Amino acid sequence: METVFNPLVGGLLIGTAATIYLLSIGKVIGISGILSQFLFRDNRMMQFLFLLGLILGGSVYGVFTEQTVPFPENRSPLLLIISGLLVGYGTRLGGGCTSGHGVCGISRISPRSIVATVIFVLVAIITVSISH
Amino acid sequence: MNAIITLLSGLLFGIGLAFSEMTNPAVVIGFLDLFGDWNPSLLIVMVSAISIGMLGYAIKKKQAKPLFANDWQIPTLKQIDSKLLIGSTLFGIGWGLSGYCPGPGLTSLINNPSEGVYFVLALLFGSGLHQLQTKVTFK
Repeated sequence: METVFNPLVGGLLIGTAATIYLLSIGKVIGISGILSQFLFRDNRMMQFLFLLGLILGGSVYGVFTEQTVPFPENRSPLLLIISGLLVGYGTRLGGGCTSGHGVCGISRISPRSIVATVIFVLVAIITVSISH
Repeated sequence: MNAIITLLSGLLFGIGLAFSEMTNPAVVIGFLDLFGDWNPSLLIVMVSAISIGMLGYAIKKKQAKPLFANDWQIPTLKQIDSKLLIGSTLFGIGWGLSGYCPGPGLTSLINNPSEGVYFVLALLFGSGLHQLQTKVTFK
């Protein structure tokens, strides 16, 4: 039951966050974009607040929910660094990540976002099947 | 008002990620590992989030302007170009390697700091590399 309930409710919360942000401020939530604006624009207060909320909200285990699967341990720093570089560069070149293209882009039926999401999900599936 | 909405949106988004355990790369890899012990969580999260997102977008179409801003700032690019294709491919490889996309990667700074520091530093560096290359200017 939890295996369906938790992702279902989690998704509803994510969709609600995107909707509140859209209808109030008029923008779509794209985390890679917000991060890059936080790093490189002059007026970065809003980006800071969003990322602060995201990190706080994303680490509230024990308050709203319990962790059912253990976090990975002892993975190679080199793997994490290569992964981070590819995610950081790739999301900016492709103009979005799982939030901007995946959730918000598909919600507004943007052909670019649908293409991007199909590609990064398929490539990630292939990457996992090769690396495992 | 915008500041409060922005903070709350981030908070709610993060709680959604944690509640669905998308903050845990093991769960994400469980979804991507189609040929292993498949975990459907990510698919359920996406469908559920997009359903609400579509509802939100339908409401947006009936609204002349945002509640607390003067105009909409929705992406307007239409062209499916090589940047989109190559960027999404690179992102897919990086995502598959660790199970972290940007949001869960950032939350790993607190949830799993021994991994988070490496991933996030590299994430910032990768994003910076693109910035250097293109010198995108933000409004």
